[in-house]
Amino acid sequence: MKTTPLYQAHLRHGGRMVAFAGYALPLQYTSIVEEHLAVRRKAGLFDVSHMGEFLIRGEEALPFLQWATVNDVGKLKVGRAQYSMLPSERGGVVDDIYLYRLGEAVYLMVVNAANIAKDLDHLKALARGFRVEVEDVSEATALLALQGPEAAAILQSLTGVDLSARRKNDVFEAQVAGRPARLARTGYTGEDGFELFLAPEDAEAVFEALLAAGARPCGLGARDTLRLEAGFPLYGHELTEATNPLCTPWAWVVKREKDFLGKEAMLASPCRKKLVGLVLETGIPREGYAVLSEKGPVGRVTSGGYSPLLEKGIALAYVEKEAEGPFFVEVRGRAVPASLSPLPFVPLK
Amino acid sequence: MDIPKDRFYTKTHEWALPEGDTVLVGITDYAQDALGDVVYVELPQVGRVVEAGEAVAVVESVKTASDIYAPVAGEVVEVNQALEKTPELINQDPYGEGWIFRLRPRDMADLDGLLDAEGYQATLENA
Repeated sequence: MKTTPLYQAHLRHGGRMVAFAGYALPLQYTSIVEEHLAVRRKAGLFDVSHMGEFLIRGEEALPFLQWATVNDVGKLKVGRAQYSMLPSERGGVVDDIYLYRLGEAVYLMVVNAANIAKDLDHLKALARGFRVEVEDVSEATALLALQGPEAAAILQSLTGVDLSARRKNDVFEAQVAGRPARLARTGYTGEDGFELFLAPEDAEAVFEALLAAGARPCGLGARDTLRLEAGFPLYGHELTEATNPLCTPWAWVVKREKDFLGKEAMLASPCRKKLVGLVLETGIPREGYAVLSEKGPVGRVTSGGYSPLLEKGIALAYVEKEAEGPFFVEVRGRAVPASLSPLPFVPLK
Repeated sequence: MDIPKDRFYTKTHEWALPEGDTVLVGITDYAQDALGDVVYVELPQVGRVVEAGEAVAVVESVKTASDIYAPVAGEVVEVNQALEKTPELINQDPYGEGWIFRLRPRDMADLDGLLDAEGYQATLENA
């Protein structure tokens, strides 16, 4: 089992460690619900050092990334970031990613921890036809996510850079608590916040400084309930190699006016399912539970859980494209009424 | 971990507190701590007759759903309806306000087959 540079800090703060994507990470420190609400109302701090980071640079970095990702990298200015996906040759999704443009021909790609090896092989194979270098810098990068309405104020107390001038998806360098950091105004919670890329040896000092400045340590449990409440996809659940992204609520990421790997296959593959958000009056829907209409089974829950804000069970589910409500989720043999919800499940800023 | 000496325990982390010809059943401090925030409890029907070890209720935390088993055979005679609105009572007071159901055992002597506090403590240490 691998550890992140914050392993000792997690233990010191009472983190309940679990195995996730090969790393020992805290599931929670005190309570998933309390940590979730801290992020929605104040600020929470997550160790996401398990995420993968690839440095992509070279003369043909732009044409390479245009081919290897579905969003329009041509629109990405230096110091800006965009959500994107790695398409497969068959028009599915190899991974969903965040792409940061650090310099003229220098990009940083953040990928899911479980997909690091797969993505690296995939990108290196694609890179053969381009003058570009793909370097895995995951082990040399610690990543913190400071999220919540008070995130900016907390971070501002530790840096000289004026954060009020920084917008969502900006990426820039700054000193934080006296340590060099790359900051991005990005995150996975639906709240305002920042992600901090750090050298592993600086991670603990910055982590402690942010906690001392008022952030609450949060674990993977809250990270998942926050992203679910925000209606964000999780790779392996809502997005897979078999998913056509054009058939999902995240179709906006795919820019059809450019060319990319697997585009023909993606455009040709019909949408047989649609993704819906469901809210249950009683019980908690879990991944794999059947979704029913009055006519019978129409789909499955891909992510389910508890919404601390709604105080109800919520789910993302794929159902047949023609299926119509009312819907039910089968919970331990009982069909529990489930109402359709727009995404996100809760109003977010 | 708190393990009161006034009641019986199961290896599956239920407790059973004798009261007259019935027993109150809940989950232990260890169990609630391992589950984390309890957010929903599926209670049994009053009048249901159950065998020892039969799944009677379901406690759902943010993380997972967990079956609650009958410590002994008997009839469910009461359920803790407060849990419908405030399932977190199981976290806050697992041995008191967080009780889950009341059972009338077929034979009170069946309770002797359960663990006492020391025996339960030992199962946690060997886990």
